[in-house]
Amino acid sequence: MDSVTNILLSSLVFSPLLAIIIIAFMPSHKGGTIKLVGILGTVLPLILALWMFGLFNYDTANLQFIEKHDWISIPIGMAQTGAVFTFDINYELGVDGISMPLILLTAIIATLAAIASWQIKKRLKEFFILFHLLLIGMLGVFAADNLFLFFIFFELTLVPTYFLIGIWGYGEREQAANKFLLYNGIGSGIMLIAFIVIFVVMRTLNIDQIGAILTTPEHPISAALTPEFRFGLFMALFIAFAIKLPVFPFHTWMLKVHVQAPPSIVMIHSGILLKMGAYGLLRMGIGFFPEQAYQFSTWLAVLGIINILYGAVLAFVQKDLKMVMAYSSISHMGIVLLGFASMNTIGFQGAMFQVVSHGFISALLFFLIGVIWDRTQTSMLDDLGGLAKSMPFVSGVLLAGGMASLGLPGMSGFISEFFAFLGLFGRMPVLAAVGAIGIVLTAVYLLRAILKTTFGQAPSRFTGIADAQPMEVIPMVVLLGCIILIGVYPAVLGNPMQQALKTIVPIVTGIGG
Amino acid sequence: MDVKDIFSYDWSYLLPEFIILGFATLLSLLDLFAGKRLGKQVIGWLSLVGVVLAAVFVFVNVNTLDKPYSYMADMIRIDDYGNAFKLLFLGGTAFALLISLSYLKKGEVQHSGEYYYLLLTGLLGAMVMASSADLITLFVGLELLSLSSYILVGLRKKSLQSNESAFKYVVSGGIATAITLFGMSYIYGLTGTTHVYEISMRLAEAGMAGYQFLVYVAFVFLVVGLAFKISAAPFHMWTPDVYQGAPTPITAFLAVVSKAAGFSLLFRVVMISFFNVTDGVGRFFFQEGSLYLGLMAAASMIIGNTMAIRQTNVKRMMAYSGIAQAGYLLVPFVPPTTLFFSEVIFYLFAYLLVSFGAFAVIMVVAQEQQTEDLKGFAGLYHRSPIMAVAMSIFLLSLAGIPVTAGFFGKFYLFMGALAQENYWLSAIMIVTSVISYYYYFGIIRQMYMRPGTTEAKMAVPKGIWVFVLVMAVATVFFGAFPGLVTDYVQTHFNPSFDFGNMLPPNFQ
Repeated sequence: MDSVTNILLSSLVFSPLLAIIIIAFMPSHKGGTIKLVGILGTVLPLILALWMFGLFNYDTANLQFIEKHDWISIPIGMAQTGAVFTFDINYELGVDGISMPLILLTAIIATLAAIASWQIKKRLKEFFILFHLLLIGMLGVFAADNLFLFFIFFELTLVPTYFLIGIWGYGEREQAANKFLLYNGIGSGIMLIAFIVIFVVMRTLNIDQIGAILTTPEHPISAALTPEFRFGLFMALFIAFAIKLPVFPFHTWMLKVHVQAPPSIVMIHSGILLKMGAYGLLRMGIGFFPEQAYQFSTWLAVLGIINILYGAVLAFVQKDLKMVMAYSSISHMGIVLLGFASMNTIGFQGAMFQVVSHGFISALLFFLIGVIWDRTQTSMLDDLGGLAKSMPFVSGVLLAGGMASLGLPGMSGFISEFFAFLGLFGRMPVLAAVGAIGIVLTAVYLLRAILKTTFGQAPSRFTGIADAQPMEVIPMVVLLGCIILIGVYPAVLGNPMQQALKTIVPIVTGIGG
Repeated sequence: MDVKDIFSYDWSYLLPEFIILGFATLLSLLDLFAGKRLGKQVIGWLSLVGVVLAAVFVFVNVNTLDKPYSYMADMIRIDDYGNAFKLLFLGGTAFALLISLSYLKKGEVQHSGEYYYLLLTGLLGAMVMASSADLITLFVGLELLSLSSYILVGLRKKSLQSNESAFKYVVSGGIATAITLFGMSYIYGLTGTTHVYEISMRLAEAGMAGYQFLVYVAFVFLVVGLAFKISAAPFHMWTPDVYQGAPTPITAFLAVVSKAAGFSLLFRVVMISFFNVTDGVGRFFFQEGSLYLGLMAAASMIIGNTMAIRQTNVKRMMAYSGIAQAGYLLVPFVPPTTLFFSEVIFYLFAYLLVSFGAFAVIMVVAQEQQTEDLKGFAGLYHRSPIMAVAMSIFLLSLAGIPVTAGFFGKFYLFMGALAQENYWLSAIMIVTSVISYYYYFGIIRQMYMRPGTTEAKMAVPKGIWVFVLVMAVATVFFGAFPGLVTDYVQTHFNPSFDFGNMLPPNFQ
């Protein structure tokens, strides 16, 4: 058993390679088989992720399934004392209670997105190869315990996504792909600089070790760092991940991607790729520099509120269903920021719940938009309407998804928003109260969009359209199932996170006194 | 010096140079007397044999020589620094020969015999530049490389563009040479010697004795002259025209071998000659002198990367990309650390693989489409998936995206720069790198997302196909395992600079 768990994480991260190799050797005219292999290829990581989740030990905050191998070692020279310095870059993986749920989320959404890719009609071979490359990158980001490795996986998501948007997207796909590339390129660049500065100062790239050194004031390296220096690094990391999350005003690229990318990629993008920003912010931003994060927390809350209100107000005036959901994503990411800003266990839990919950909800909503677009060739609210008559099932799921998104009790959105606001009320009641207005606005814009889509007079051209196919029912049911499961039994997510969050929070609250 | 002295040296260390010289001479005679009968391909293959043989002996030198070996008071000096660069030159020339074998079949260049042996003489010039510690020999090497390149650029005799670019290259190259010489004359005037290591000591004395200003003047002229060779801004104007007009394999040769030779000379002369110079209050010259190089690096990165966006001709775009790469390569110099040597060698190594791979693809596409326009790449993925994927790997590497050798090269440069707390240059480097995404991905966009004029499969010569594939695999392989190269550099090459006081601040 031990030998298996020793390589389980690597096998999980690189398991999509199997599908890539098989698909690469298949003739490109066999579209149906390629689709099948493409979908089955995502089942393997899902099984491994579920297995790992089963083996996961809830009672420890330490990393589990650790793997460590020497990789690159660069001697830098000899000090006057005769000590030889080397820069060591190791291959280090490991998961804890924060990354484990995200890995599972990634595996689930990837499988469902692969099923949603059933709609893809051209260049299937390339599509699924890139899709699986992207999957390796996403799993790797959450599994990496080394900044170099983290960066490589982070970048590995960039290039396939560029192609997936640029080739299979809608009308303005190339502009969307370019915008995606340049914004994220800048974010990655800032992140890289911050990582290397950390590297040359700390002489290690191990995420766990860096966190431990930086939060131990007595450690000689830690003692030598001025607060200004730390704050500079914290800000660099914050901006890098704020672009990804995205935080206002770095959000414009994300709107374009949500509108132009193919539905299955939007599911992944909104469901997982944005979450890498939240994960990085917690793991590196707050994990490395809790003191600076604490000082900055008022701004975090303000930015969070701007995100919530700005997103909600603009979602209300959008004419395109996709844009409504894109702005809704911005609004919901604001809640993640609020959770972080609270700097206590409940708030952090709310933020991480929101990350997972929004992953499922947005994947569901964007999947539904894809289904509707497939039949009506439009996502403009004015053109839609009355779909409840011809597509009762899809309309029902859409309504359920909307309810989850606006935070109906019993669904995952409620739990996460509740925790996030509860956490923040403890520290900044005024800001929390302002943020809570967002909840009301969410209900307004979501109901408006859903009503315009499903109710009212149906245009005559929509009368003959079919309801969901079996292939489409699977993602809907699974996603909705996950949303309700978290809603009624939050412990499924809360238990694994508990220990890991408990290690971050005392440090933070210790500073707050 | 009498004959006995000359025979007292162990000339075996100079075998690589002798081999190249011998092959160049013999091949020129062979071409003259038996060119018709042999066929031009034979001369190409023989040149390749010569290059490989020379490389073998460089490896022998690397393994047997444990301290620098000097001929005639360092007129020629065989040391690790030179050997490392020589391997890059030999590799670059071998690659240039390999793709030339296919290029010349199309008959754009009539004088293919000259083509091959001029490549060899150019290589010889570069090798001399890398293995000398005397300004006179260094200058001879520089001239040999330059003159060979001038002719090579103009070898497409029937092409107006080729003639124009050769002419431009000669004129601007001549001016640059004159400026270099002028700078050297200041150094000689200040020190009374042409021997680089002696210059190093006397220049420090000159600096202390109140000739600080003249030391700076010498530095500036020397750097300006050599900046031309490495095509660093603001002395880069010739690059786009020359790169565009030259036969494609020659463009690659200029981009890699000629540029690397310029760097070897710049680093050797500037690093050693000015190393001991202080400003009188204990600050090393490099702490401020390298600021000029830093400004040059910044200008190259900014100009190269922003101008490349506007190009529609692929070779011009690669020229501007090369200017930007020259800027990146100047970064480890500002100021140098203990990592300096292995940073530069790794980056050049990665650049060698990627440039030749990219130019090989460009050559095939341009010959097939009869245009060097960016549009020639449209739909390449459908016509030749392997070429398109390989080209994407090269472009990603140039842009510095993992997992490629170019990424680690850049990561390494960042490491050196940030260890020196050189934040401003790192920031410029990262921003311009992201700008460069735009045009590198511009080619990728053409290959994958735009329909081409034809869907017919592209005929790729077997040799080029294998070459490109090997380069692409190597780019990814050394991106994943860069340690193989850095370890080799660390264990086999000791650049014989005293880096004792160049440890980054955090490590003292």
